[in-house]
Amino acid sequence: MLTILLLLLPLVLSLIILLFKDERSIRTVALTGALVEFGIGIAAFIQYKTSCHCNLLFSADWLSTLGVSLKFGMDGISLLLVAMTTFLLPVIILASFNHSYTRPAAFYSLVLFLEMALVGVFTAFDGLMFYIFWELALIPAWFICAVWGGDDRIRITFKFFIYTFAGSLLMLVALIYLYFRTPLPHSFDFQWLYAVKLSPVEQIWIFLAFFVAFAIKIPVFPFHTWQPDTYTTSPATGSMLLAGIMLKMGIYGMIRWMIPICHQTLQQWGSIAVILAITGIVYASLIALRQDDLKRLVAWSSIAHMGLITAGVLILSQKATTGAVIQMVSHGINIVGLFIVIDFIEHRTKTRSIAELGGIATRAPRLAIFFMIILLASIALPLTNGFVGEFLLLLGLFENNTVFAAIAGLTMIFGAVYMLWMYQRTMLGKTNELTGAIPDLTRTEMATLIPLVVLIFWIGLYPSFFLDIVLPDVQQILRFMR
Amino acid sequence: MTLIVVLILLFPLLGFLVLGLGFRNIPAKVTSILGPGTILISFILSILTFFNFTISPSHHFTISLFHHLTTSPVHELFSWISVGDLQIPFGLLIDPLSILMLLIVTGVGFIIHVYSIGYMKNDPGYNRFFAYMNLFVFSMLLLVMGSNYPVMFIGWEGVGLCSYLLIGFWFKNHEYNNAAKKAFIMNRIGDLGFLLGMFLLFTTFHSLNFQEIFAGAKSMEPGNVTLMAITLLLFVGAVGKSAQIPLYTWLPDAMAGPTPVSALIHAATMVTAGVYMVARSNILYALSPTTMAIMGITGLATTLFAASIAIFQNDIKKILAYSTISQLGYMFLALSVGAFTGAMFHLTTHAFFKALLFLAAGSMIHALGGEQDIRKMGGLSKKLPISRLTFLAGVLAIAGIPPLSGFFSKDEILLKSFEFGHFIWFIAVIGSLMTAFYMFRLFYLTFSKDFRGTEDQKHHLHESPAVMTIPLITLAVLSILGGLLNIPAIFGGNSSLEAFLSPVFTDAGAILEHQTPLTPSTGWILMGITLAGVLVMILWAYQRYVKQDKGLLPDEASRSVIITLISKKYFVDEIYNLIVVKPVLWISQFLHRFVELRFIDRMVDGVGQIVVRTGNTLRFIQTGNVGFYMFIMVLGIILILFFNILI
Repeated sequence: MLTILLLLLPLVLSLIILLFKDERSIRTVALTGALVEFGIGIAAFIQYKTSCHCNLLFSADWLSTLGVSLKFGMDGISLLLVAMTTFLLPVIILASFNHSYTRPAAFYSLVLFLEMALVGVFTAFDGLMFYIFWELALIPAWFICAVWGGDDRIRITFKFFIYTFAGSLLMLVALIYLYFRTPLPHSFDFQWLYAVKLSPVEQIWIFLAFFVAFAIKIPVFPFHTWQPDTYTTSPATGSMLLAGIMLKMGIYGMIRWMIPICHQTLQQWGSIAVILAITGIVYASLIALRQDDLKRLVAWSSIAHMGLITAGVLILSQKATTGAVIQMVSHGINIVGLFIVIDFIEHRTKTRSIAELGGIATRAPRLAIFFMIILLASIALPLTNGFVGEFLLLLGLFENNTVFAAIAGLTMIFGAVYMLWMYQRTMLGKTNELTGAIPDLTRTEMATLIPLVVLIFWIGLYPSFFLDIVLPDVQQILRFMR
Repeated sequence: MTLIVVLILLFPLLGFLVLGLGFRNIPAKVTSILGPGTILISFILSILTFFNFTISPSHHFTISLFHHLTTSPVHELFSWISVGDLQIPFGLLIDPLSILMLLIVTGVGFIIHVYSIGYMKNDPGYNRFFAYMNLFVFSMLLLVMGSNYPVMFIGWEGVGLCSYLLIGFWFKNHEYNNAAKKAFIMNRIGDLGFLLGMFLLFTTFHSLNFQEIFAGAKSMEPGNVTLMAITLLLFVGAVGKSAQIPLYTWLPDAMAGPTPVSALIHAATMVTAGVYMVARSNILYALSPTTMAIMGITGLATTLFAASIAIFQNDIKKILAYSTISQLGYMFLALSVGAFTGAMFHLTTHAFFKALLFLAAGSMIHALGGEQDIRKMGGLSKKLPISRLTFLAGVLAIAGIPPLSGFFSKDEILLKSFEFGHFIWFIAVIGSLMTAFYMFRLFYLTFSKDFRGTEDQKHHLHESPAVMTIPLITLAVLSILGGLLNIPAIFGGNSSLEAFLSPVFTDAGAILEHQTPLTPSTGWILMGITLAGVLVMILWAYQRYVKQDKGLLPDEASRSVIITLISKKYFVDEIYNLIVVKPVLWISQFLHRFVELRFIDRMVDGVGQIVVRTGNTLRFIQTGNVGFYMFIMVLGIILILFFNILI
């Protein structure tokens, strides 16, 4: 029941919010709604943790002649990602209050609609449902970026839309193919799809279709070219939604669909994909070293981080996959935090150019402290959330192939280089005309960042709480390994 | 017992949190109590732990792994990271080695905190300073108390962070910030080695806990290749943290931080973490002769290299920094010849006298209003009598004059290396002669003769307040008497430190036991030779810098090629810049401008355009002419048949 409630609430809200006219009440509805949704998320979490590990399943027939059912549920992996989504949404909405978006009703309606679609992606236990929500998520995301975005947004978002859409069509083809290979009456139910026996050649094709679809979304090198431009041009809220939550759809899809269905191909040919992912880590880190736009720098760092997560998922290791799930959540928290900080800086100085900034710590020490904590988390300092995931991912990689781990480990060094460089050039040094008179964080702004920092340390200090939820289901997905 | 152990750790953390969260609202007076106070409590609790450990026989446990322990020295607080067979408890280990480190970190740490009350007075970042210092002590304690490698790694990276924060403490200056960043990044390079070492440990022993790993290692053959790889990777971490060749260049730059930071982090504690880590992993190293050899060469080379640079430096803190690098080299040399106790002994005495030297230097810099160039000092003895006396104690200790602490600890290393190889001993002695020379050069140039600074500075010359001099005196006493910790049998002592630490090192000692110990007479002779050399060096320095007034050349003065090379620090920074930094930035530029924008992006756009063009072309096929469709159909059938025949 909770699952379906999680799905319906944002949908209903996204419609209700259109009835409101003035910005204040729209904001109130959006934030309250997102908080209620978060409350339901917590309730689901508690129910899962305490009473049952019963997948919180909801199932209803729909188009039963076609074998499509409204089957939604949550295992540990879904649960964690849904919890992350519902947690980040109020934070992102609160952070958006610094901006006065034109047509706010439409804006927040799209944001809530996107939340619904994301929850749908993470909870669908039916192949076609997964695909439908996957595409549903793209539409509000595209509108948010294309309508409220910055310079050159039409060209950039067009590329983003076509590119990711082309990828998802490949996924649809793969899903339909699998559907016709299920025994009569055909079904899109994930258990049925998992059970399909494919010949090695078939599996390679299915793998390729899935891989390209997910790789574009994540994005994995060399399918990443839409990403830096899109993140940079999107409105702040859009970047947070895209980088914080949406790109996890790709990794999630890999874990939920690609691995169980194509594991033989992965065992044989997976290392080629792993090499791509690891190349991406080094490639993106190197490029991040010389970016001047704060958002673009973070976008590149995100490609590097996602490269590591992807590599970890592709090697079919229990540790690395568990680490990947934790790292998805951590990355969501950290990158949203970084984008929020950048947004606060831009809001104050009207620039994102690193060269024009400096000395902010003098004027805004609180902002500097929050920035430092989030930055340390994203360079994986122990006792922050970033370390747990990175440790497990790298250890998993190491068990698989020491050279991969050594190269992927370079992210530890490069990450420190570009992040500290960014921090130094924006926060430290002497103030200038732009930064000389800026105010420190307001209470609302603090309220936005504090939840993130709490989770950074919670996951960093006591990750067992989260790992225990994920591990059984990772074992379930990787059970063919034994 | 667990409670006390946890409290030792918790108080500095508490101090950090209180000072850090209320950084604007806490008055300086409260900070002056809170900052050092938390460390004092930890120190007292550490002493309690020490007595609890030595006195009560029920706690007389060893790390000897043949027996099951009745009282476990490991205190597991909770399960930190656990996934399948990977189980990492948040565990703390209390054994002689960690107790020794606890005492040094909290003891010397407390003294330096007290000194900082005076030194950092009037600094606008007073509270921030103590918050960072408390966080540092917390991290360092975690580093030495961790009962497995990952918990040690928390502290390991934590101290790196604090070092970064404190080097760049005066963050308006970009040069300081660069120094801080450099320190963090060079440490991270080492940390990657440490991390990979941990991974290899896990795949080899299926555990990351010290006890299980060391128990497993004992049954392995000496010279095992995996062990060699593990120890080498961990040593890379040590090289970064303890500033050895080739990752040492961050330490001299780290002198940008306030002087108490240099004393605590970059002399007494953090930089010795690498030595501690190797000593902790002694069994692994004892079984890896190749690593031991590499470590010995690195240590020895670093000793000489850094000492030679120190001779030609003019910045008082930089001289001390190079001297620290050089002394750390000694410690690694000691470890490499199996003198684990010797390394820990030297670590201890070095913590005393190097902290003392830094703090006394700080007192001078303070009196001179920030001046660090020794060519602009001189004649400070009259106005700064306490600083002078205490500094002298430090200089004598580091130079190895009996019966000061440095004499005993250095002598132990020298004798052990003689057992190992006469040539090693010879080089090590040269290093200690250089040490004596540059330290006395420093001493004479600062305190003898007349003051060479400005008139303005001369008026302001003053001895530091009691809050700074009492720590100096305390450290001076420790530097003088520290040798008592481990007086060898040759002087009628009973090597108490050795006995105390023996449970930790017995297994490794048993593996390495193949040299015949020196006869007392050889010991006396070697000691005599070293001592005579040191005295000659002191005299020579006196001759040059007091009698002949040398060493005051300005930077621009022309020098011989070799001396230019050394005084420019062998151009190592410039070389690194040329072969690492510049190429990386160039590659970054190349990847972005060329590979990304000209190649990958164009290819993606190209695919898109091809689709559009094909669509444009293909629409002409839809002519609507039935005859045309028939023609195509027939053509298709013919082609299929044709292919069927072919295949």
